[in-house]
Amino acid sequence: MQNHAKNLINKLGLDARLLGMIGALVVIWVVFGIFTEGRFLSPRNFFNVSVQTASVAVMATGMVFVIVTRHIDLSVGSMLGFIGMTVAALQVKWLPEVFGLGHWSIWIIAVFAAILMGAILGAFQGWIIGYLTVPAFIVTLGGFLVYRGAMWWVTQGQTQAPLDPTFRLLGGGAEGTLGETMSLIFGLIAAAAAVTLMVMSRRNKASHGFTVKPAWAEGILMAIAVTGIMCFVWIMNSYPIPKGAMKRITKAQGIEYTDGMVWNHGVAIPVVILLAVAIAMTIVATRTRFGRYIYATGGNPEAAELSGINTRLLTVKIFALMGALTGIASIIASARLNAVDVGLGTLDELRVIAAAVIGGTALAGGAGTIYGAVIGALIMQSLQSGMASVGVDAPLQNIVVGIVLVFAVYVDIVYRRRTGA
Amino acid sequence: MDKQTPLVEMRDIHISFGGIKAVDHVSVDLKPGEVVGLLGHNGAGKSTLIKILSGAYQADGGEIYINGEKAEIHNPRDARKYNIETIYQTLALADNLDAASNLFLGRELTTAFGTVDDDAMEAETRKIMGKLNPNFKKFAEPVSALSGGQRQSVAIARAVYFDAKILIMDEPTAALGPHETQMVSELIQQLKAEGIGIFLISHDIHDVMELCDRASVMKNGQLVGTVDVKDVTDDDLLGMIILGKRPEGVPVQG
Repeated sequence: MQNHAKNLINKLGLDARLLGMIGALVVIWVVFGIFTEGRFLSPRNFFNVSVQTASVAVMATGMVFVIVTRHIDLSVGSMLGFIGMTVAALQVKWLPEVFGLGHWSIWIIAVFAAILMGAILGAFQGWIIGYLTVPAFIVTLGGFLVYRGAMWWVTQGQTQAPLDPTFRLLGGGAEGTLGETMSLIFGLIAAAAAVTLMVMSRRNKASHGFTVKPAWAEGILMAIAVTGIMCFVWIMNSYPIPKGAMKRITKAQGIEYTDGMVWNHGVAIPVVILLAVAIAMTIVATRTRFGRYIYATGGNPEAAELSGINTRLLTVKIFALMGALTGIASIIASARLNAVDVGLGTLDELRVIAAAVIGGTALAGGAGTIYGAVIGALIMQSLQSGMASVGVDAPLQNIVVGIVLVFAVYVDIVYRRRTGA
Repeated sequence: MDKQTPLVEMRDIHISFGGIKAVDHVSVDLKPGEVVGLLGHNGAGKSTLIKILSGAYQADGGEIYINGEKAEIHNPRDARKYNIETIYQTLALADNLDAASNLFLGRELTTAFGTVDDDAMEAETRKIMGKLNPNFKKFAEPVSALSGGQRQSVAIARAVYFDAKILIMDEPTAALGPHETQMVSELIQQLKAEGIGIFLISHDIHDVMELCDRASVMKNGQLVGTVDVKDVTDDDLLGMIILGKRPEGVPVQG
C-alpha cells in the first residue's frame, strides 16, 4: 500500500515537501474545525484567513530570496510601518492639500510611493551589505530601529485615518473584493492558464526528446489544479456580505436594497495581489537569470563570483526587491486597517522569516521556494486564527507558534538529511 | 625558438597579500596548441598567478598580453571575453543546482521571451556530456548528488563548451581515479590538437612530463625558470621545485 502511494507520487512528479506542508495545513484546519464545531471551516473564516495571510505572505516571497543568498532582513516589519505611516500621511494630509480631498489620483500616487519608497530603502540597505560588506543581520537590525523611529517622526506619533476610499479596497473587506462574477471569471482564467502552462511545458520537454510524465499523471495534476482553483473561488463566493455593508454598497451603486437580497464576497483584492506577486516571483525564481544567480550565489558564492556573476549588485537588487514587496505588503496592511498607528508592522519581520523557514527555505542558503513561503504564511496564520477562535490566550498563542516554528525546521532538517538534498 | 606570437604573455606580474609577496615579478607565456605546466609546492604562488589570468584576483602590477595585445582583465567576466576558461581546483560548482545550470552559469541560454531555457540547456548538456563522459546520467539531480569524477566532468564540460582558446586547469586530476585521469589526459591531447593553449597546474611530475611541452616552476612566489620538458629529467624538475635550483647545461627561460 505504502509502495503504491509512493509510486503514484513519483509518477505525478510531486514534491514530498509540498505534500507535507499541505498535509500539515489540512490537519490544522480539520483540528480547529472540530474544536470550533465547524466555524473554522466556514467560508467566512477562510475569507478572513486569506486576507490576513496576504501581507505577510507577500513579504515572505521576497524573504525567500534574501535567505537563499544567506542573508536575513530584520527590518521588514519596521519598514512596513514607516512606509505605511508615510503613505497614510500622504493620503490624509499632504495630497489632499494639493489636489483636494478624495481626488481620483490619490490612491495611485500612494501605491507608487509605497513601492518606490520600499525599493529605495531596500536598495540602500543592499548597497551597505553588498558593497560595504556590513553583515545583513547588522544592517537590517539597524534598519529595524531606524525605520520604527522614523515612522514616529513622520506625524509626531499621530495615528493617520481614514485612508482614501479607493486605496482601502486594496485591503479587502466587503467592498475590497472581485465580487461573484469577476471571481468566477478570475478562477476560470487562472485554471485555463495553469492547464496551458502544463501543456506547453510538456510539449517543450517532448520536443527535446526528454521523458515526460505519463499522460494520465499529467491529467490528474491538471484536474487537481483546476479543482483547487475553482473550489477556492466557490468558497469565497459562498460568504455573504453582511446587511450593513450591503446597504452601503447598493447605495453607492445606485441600486435599491431590499430585504433578502444576498450578494457574496468573492475573492478579496489583497489575495489577488498576493497571487499575482507569488506567480511573478516564481517566474523570477525559476525562469530568469536573476533568479538563477540568486540560487547559485546561495549554493556557492565563490563559484557564482568566478562564473562572472556580480554578486554585490545582486545583493542590492535582492534587497531592493524585498523593499518593494514590503511596500506592497504595507499597502495591504494599512488599507485593511483603514488606519496607521505607530505599532503597524510590529513583529512582522519574525512572522515573515518564520513563514519562509516553515516553507522550507534553508538558512544555510541555496534552497527555498516561493510557493513554500506562501503556504508557510498560510500555516502560521491558520494556527493563529484557529487559536484565537477557540479562545486560546494571546501569550499561549505565541508559545505555540514559537514551538511550531522550531519543530517545523527540525522536521525540515531531518527531511533534508534523509533525502541528501 | 619559433617567432610565433604567444597566445598569452604574462609579464612581470606581482601581487601581495598583507605584506607577503604571493607572486613576485613573474613572467610566463603560452603558445597556441601548447601545454605549459605550472609546478611548485603549496603556497609557491601558482594558483594565485593563474587566478590573476582568470580574473579572480587583481594584480598589483604587471601586464597581460593576449595574442600580442594588451588585455585588461579585472574580473571573471573579462577573462571569459578573451575566451579564457578555468577549471578550478575547487571546481567552483553551485552544489544546489543541476549539471546544466552549472554548465551555463553566467551564460544561460534564453528563450525568445528572455527567460532561461532549461530544456535547451539540458539538451546541450546531454550532448557534450555524451562526448566527455558517456556514463553521466544524473541530469536532473543537483550536483551535490554526484561523485567526484562526475562533478569534475561537469567542471570540465563548462570550460570546454564555450570555445575556450586558453584553458587553465588547476589540479584537474587530483580527485580522480586512474580511468578518469586517463580520460582527462586524452582530452588534453585532443584540445591541444585543436590549437588551444593550456596552463596545467599540477603537483604530479609524471603528469607534467607526460602531458606538457614546457614547465614553469615557481618557489616562494618567484619564478625559478621555464624549461622544455624534453630537455630535463624528473630529477631536474624536482631540484627546481625543492631547491629552486636551475638545471645545468639546459636552456632555461625567465
